[in-house]
Order: sequence, then C-alpha cells, then structure tokens
Amino acid sequence: MTVTFADWITETANWVFLLIAIPTLAGAVFVVTARNVVRAVLALVVTLAGTAALFMMLGAEFVGWTVVLVYIGAVIILFLMGIMITQAPLTRKTDLSQPMSMRAPAVLLSVILFGVIAWAVIVSFGAEAVPLPDEATSTASIGETLFTNWVIPFEAVSFVLLAALVGGISLARRDPVEEDVG
Amino acid sequence: MTIVQFVLLGAALFSIGLYGVLTRRNAVLVLASVEVMLAAVNVNLVAFDVYLGDASSAGQIMALFIIALAAAEVGIGIAIVLMIFRNRRSADVDELDVMRY
Repeated sequence: MTVTFADWITETANWVFLLIAIPTLAGAVFVVTARNVVRAVLALVVTLAGTAALFMMLGAEFVGWTVVLVYIGAVIILFLMGIMITQAPLTRKTDLSQPMSMRAPAVLLSVILFGVIAWAVIVSFGAEAVPLPDEATSTASIGETLFTNWVIPFEAVSFVLLAALVGGISLARRDPVEEDVG
Repeated sequence: MTIVQFVLLGAALFSIGLYGVLTRRNAVLVLASVEVMLAAVNVNLVAFDVYLGDASSAGQIMALFIIALAAAEVGIGIAIVLMIFRNRRSADVDELDVMRY
C-alpha cells in the first residue's frame, strides 16, 4: 500500500508525528551545538522524551517507559554528575567544540551520511505504510518473550551490567592510603 | 504513517549525533552525542518491529537490550572521564595525546 503526500499530510497521526519529531530533532541539534554544557545535557532530555513519545505512539509502551525511567531518570543524572565533577574551577576554560575549520568537514560528512541513508531508504521502501497496532504491545507479552526466546541474551546483558558496575566502581574510587598495613 | 518517516528521523538523529561526536571537545558531551546516536538506532528498531508485525517483538526486545547496554556504557564512560580528569585536570579529548610518559 503506497501513500501520496496529500494523503500523508491529511492523516491526524502524521501531525502528531511531526509535533513529536520536530522538538526531538531540535533538541538533538542543541545537544551538539550548545555553548553551555548543562543546557546541552538538558536538551538531551527533550530528545529522549521525544523518542519515548514515538515509542508509545507505535504501541511500544514498555520500551517507551523504560526510556523515561532509565535514560531520563538515571543516565541524565550521571551526565550531570560528570559535568559537576569535571567543571571544577581548576579547569582551563576552553571552547566546548572544535574550531570552525574542523566543523565544516564534520557537517559535510553528516549531511552525506544522511543523504545516503535517505536515498537508500526511499528507494527500497517507497511510501509503504506502517499499520498502526490496534492495541499496545503488553508488558506481559514482552516479559513472556524475554524469558522464553531471549533468556540467554537477557542473562548476558545482566552479566555485562554487573561487570560495568564493578568496573565503574573500581575505576572511579580513589585508592585508599596504605598506612595501616601491618 | 509510513515506515520512511521513522527511518528518516532515525537517520537525521544519527547524523546529528555523528556531528557531535566529531566536533565536541568535552568528553562528557562526546558521550551525550553517542546517546543521541543510540536513540536513533532505537527509533529504527521499534519502527521496523511494528512495521513487520513480528509476533515475538524482537525489535522491541533489542531496543531494551540497547537501553541496558547504553546505561552500562555511560557508567563506564563517566568513570573513565573522571579518572582522566583526576590525573590530567582536564576533560578535553584533544589533550589526551600522550600515550606514555
């Protein structure tokens, strides 16, 4: 089933999509260009909230809420802590981005990458419609699949998280002063 | 809704994230740009999951795994940045050009 642009723009769901997609992209642009570190990280909240809203629009409620809890709840806090620690007054005040002469090739590369992906996608998918699900994917069905078809990857991911936890602690802690030895 | 609009949004987010990784000098902001790229991948996975109507919702589960691994990556990344900052008094990736003393 193909869709023309006139059909596309009259569909209400697409207006909702644009309403979510435009702030998402604006937030992403602000993340990579902002001159203030804290504002850049707070713009990341807008981008991630936009993706969470898109997931809920597509019926992927569990993934959407996980993004809200894990990314917006925990990862952003980690970023803010990292900024808080590395922006001590001892830091030499430097520009947050590379000079303009190095930014131009990066813009070129990003635009080329986007162009190639856009061309490939439009050529191969045309205007095929996504059938909007009647009801959201239930958390129960996600959990059932996760613990039947995906048990081994799930356990592997939990092991990776444990390893990251131990690694993070051992990297970030200060070595204790060895004075009470013997 | 078409599949193209979701994949184009994902491509745009990924390109913006790539630009950030290439041009940011502060290590924390490089990590933030990597998060934008991972969010782009998640948009693609969930959109294709709904598009294909997969009964085992493989795309959504992959997105969940990516979220978990991204959390681990940020934790380790911030710990490394902290370690470097403690030793070098700087979080600027351009100054990390000495491999040994």
